[in-house]
Amino acid sequence: MTYAKPAFRHPDSKTNEVGCTRRDYEGGLSTLCAGCGHDSISAAIIDACFELSIEPHRVAKLSGIGCSSKTPAYFLSGSHSFNSVHGRMPSVATGANVANRDLIYIGVSGDGDTASIGMGQFAHVMRRNLNMTYIVENNGCYGLTKGQDSATMDTDSVSKKGDINPYMPIDLVRLGIEVGATFVGRSFSGDKAQLVPLIKAAISHRGFALLDVISPCVTFNNHQGSTKSYANFREHNEAMPVDFVPRREAITTSYDAGMVQEVCLHDGSVLRLQKVNNEYNIEDAQSALDAIAHHSKQDRILTGLLYINRDSEELHDVLQTASKPLNTMSQRDLCPGSRFLDSINAGLR
Amino acid sequence: MQPKESINDFVIKFANVNGTGSASANGMFAKAIFRMGIPVSPRNIFPSNIQGLPTWYEVRVSRDGYLGRRGGVDMMISVNPQSFAKDVSEVEPGGYMVYDTTKPLDLRHVRRDVNYLGIPLTEMCLREYTDSRQRQLFKNVIYVGALAALLNIDFAILKDLVREQFKGKEKLITPNIHALEMGHQYASTHFTCPLGIHLKAGEQTPKHIEEFDQILMDGNTATALGAVYAGATVAAWYPITPSTSVVDAFEKYCRRLRIDPGTGKKNYAIVQAEDELSAMGMVIGANWNGARAFTATSGPGISLMSEFLGLAYFAEVPAVLVDVQRAGPSTGMPTRTQQSDIFAAAYASHGDTKHVLLFPATPAECFSMTVEAFDLAERLQTPVILMSDLDLGMNEWMSPPLEFDDSYRYDRGKVLTGEELEAMTERFGRYLDLDGDGIPYRTYPGAHPTKGAYFTRGSSRDEYAAYTEDGDVYVRNMDRLLQKFETAKSLVPEAKIKMADAPTQDALLFFGTTASPAYEALETLEKEGIHLDTLRLRSFPFTQEVEDFIEAHDRIFVIEQNRDGQMRRLLLNETNVEANAKLVSVVEYDGLPVTARKIAAVIRGHLGVNNVTPLVPQEKDIA
Repeated sequence: MTYAKPAFRHPDSKTNEVGCTRRDYEGGLSTLCAGCGHDSISAAIIDACFELSIEPHRVAKLSGIGCSSKTPAYFLSGSHSFNSVHGRMPSVATGANVANRDLIYIGVSGDGDTASIGMGQFAHVMRRNLNMTYIVENNGCYGLTKGQDSATMDTDSVSKKGDINPYMPIDLVRLGIEVGATFVGRSFSGDKAQLVPLIKAAISHRGFALLDVISPCVTFNNHQGSTKSYANFREHNEAMPVDFVPRREAITTSYDAGMVQEVCLHDGSVLRLQKVNNEYNIEDAQSALDAIAHHSKQDRILTGLLYINRDSEELHDVLQTASKPLNTMSQRDLCPGSRFLDSINAGLR
Repeated sequence: MQPKESINDFVIKFANVNGTGSASANGMFAKAIFRMGIPVSPRNIFPSNIQGLPTWYEVRVSRDGYLGRRGGVDMMISVNPQSFAKDVSEVEPGGYMVYDTTKPLDLRHVRRDVNYLGIPLTEMCLREYTDSRQRQLFKNVIYVGALAALLNIDFAILKDLVREQFKGKEKLITPNIHALEMGHQYASTHFTCPLGIHLKAGEQTPKHIEEFDQILMDGNTATALGAVYAGATVAAWYPITPSTSVVDAFEKYCRRLRIDPGTGKKNYAIVQAEDELSAMGMVIGANWNGARAFTATSGPGISLMSEFLGLAYFAEVPAVLVDVQRAGPSTGMPTRTQQSDIFAAAYASHGDTKHVLLFPATPAECFSMTVEAFDLAERLQTPVILMSDLDLGMNEWMSPPLEFDDSYRYDRGKVLTGEELEAMTERFGRYLDLDGDGIPYRTYPGAHPTKGAYFTRGSSRDEYAAYTEDGDVYVRNMDRLLQKFETAKSLVPEAKIKMADAPTQDALLFFGTTASPAYEALETLEKEGIHLDTLRLRSFPFTQEVEDFIEAHDRIFVIEQNRDGQMRRLLLNETNVEANAKLVSVVEYDGLPVTARKIAAVIRGHLGVNNVTPLVPQEKDIA
């Protein structure tokens, strides 16, 4: 059940460039378990959209099935939303985006929805470089069906029942870099300082932006022995700070010279990233894969913006579609009329 | 045996090896007859293979304008030794067998009641050409040339067709015409031309083709044109025989019509998906966003798309799906025809679902019904499935020219625009039935800054699109969907009913490509004094006249091309008539289009007049 929130608003609430308050980006009350990482991610999406001054109705939210896929009900209630079928959100998002290139597409999925039932569509939507933000709320288990391991569960992680996971995990970030995602980040639901700028950057990126967000399941996967618990992830998180500077704003923060990399995005906004080391070039796929593997060997999980390709062709570039959205074309634009049919008939006689 | 004689009424079959270029030569043969103003219906009977297996091309010439398969073969053009034994056995007594004399005839397969016409095809090619591919390709052209002499084809028309076919590759014209002449020359010198069966231009045309203003086109191309005319901008698909040419043709026409001359940008998008699930998902996403989108597939794709069809039904998103049916189940016979997806399409997906189906019988209907499908899908906010089949989709059919009424306007259904939302004072309820027809109002994403946003989902929701597990609300919604399906009955194309000259309690009921041979069988039976009323179904849900028709007859033969009599069962399921004893199943499911002879014979059997006419050509065929 989605509960409505009280409409009360503090008279001094800050408004953004489009005249909206943060409240305008909220959704219904969450029905997820208290302490669920997913709710923090919803809050981060709300902050990101508010701070980017996006008009809520210019966003389309899409999801599949599972705990994570319920969350679009908990943010941006002024946006249209499509809660589709399990593992198939990427195709619905592709069709929607092809039909109207002018909206901002935010997809929310889970590790079951993405890495198991939806693996095929997930790989292909990245390969097509669809212009969208795709957030995986990754908790390593199936919450709604009571805690079975998912395909992102780490080897030897212990389930709540005490079973040891014998299978290899699928690393969504490495997969994303391999098959063609042009913006790949990993973050942690408990690290708002990193997550909010990453979401802002993902939305500003032109092309497919994947965010694999570790989001612990407080009910089924937050115990000792689980690699995806809050405590364990905090302990192993190698977080690279991310600072997002929207276009038109001056850069004010200062970092250690030499350890900071600035990345200018397509829309003119700038990402300031603290480097892990001088060898790591986030605009080089192999370098990114090497850095992820290097940290993984040392039992560290690298989070932050891991890879970006700023000059890629998104699907509309490849398809060469008109700049005017296809869904705004009228019969006059599209229907050739009877005279053309006469010429068709003539050619078939 | 006396050689068969017939003017403008016979069946010719070509037995070829696939991948040898025979299709274009055979197509030219059929088109030449068509250009002579003689009714013709060609059919490819091909393997699921690219090169080396037997393939056939059957051409029916019918002065009466019958376009379905008749049954039987009057002349076999045998170019494939692999299938020789089978091919010989199909020729009717008195028929002709054209074969390659380069190798000696296998005497085990020689029939005394068949007339053998030997042409040294391979030898002629070996002598004339040095390149091996040319030797293979020109063999086909040589036999077409020989047939021109044997059957009296207008040679000037053949030459025109060669010129048209090789427009832009002019240097191929002369060698092709030379090959035609070689064949013509050989036949003229060695046989008495024309044969007993032959063509004659200027004969009286059948009553339903009064002035021979006809076109020759395949159903898939007509469907694709329908999608262009309907304003479809998004096609998402996964390649599958026999539907692939729908999207190929859509792309071909879009390249001509939908590229902005100024910018070179496209007013359409075609996405080849990773599978049929994804193709259907894209169609739903695009339609949700207010673009007209469609996909084309065949049986295996319907199975995969069922999940999404259920979502579109329940979440009320328009979608157009073209099912070019082939022989199932599973991979079945991928290059053979059937009408066996009726159940899979009508009830696709788990839970209580029903989908609107349209059954085109001709290319002209593929065109008009595809245009109609987009209107229906948007008006009803539900998937609409065009139930074509391989025979209709991939073969060329003679058809009256396509027509389009320029005053017609798309019906985009109940969509609230930004202005309408702005003017609204009451709360928008996505699933409120305001008009009593079960159809609610929808909005496109981004339509209005503060109004009209809603949550689309495949889970139960209330009238305002909020999630609910309240049983009463769920039932209310399910009943509204049923009400919407009732409304569909008043919108879908009505059935075509034809009453017999004399009163009768017996009737035929059929749909799609079964119609042509069924109408022919009907005329044959009428001549024998057997009268039957007919109903050609054109849509599901069944309209009122279908129920009335069943009610009014004692016995209705339901003719269809599947094993289980799926349409008969659907009629029993979905009409209120007590019809179990009335509806008699007549089925054919060997993967080849059902023949008129077969239908007539089965009906005679049911009526107890089976021995009146044998299953061999009647007197009139020989006369």
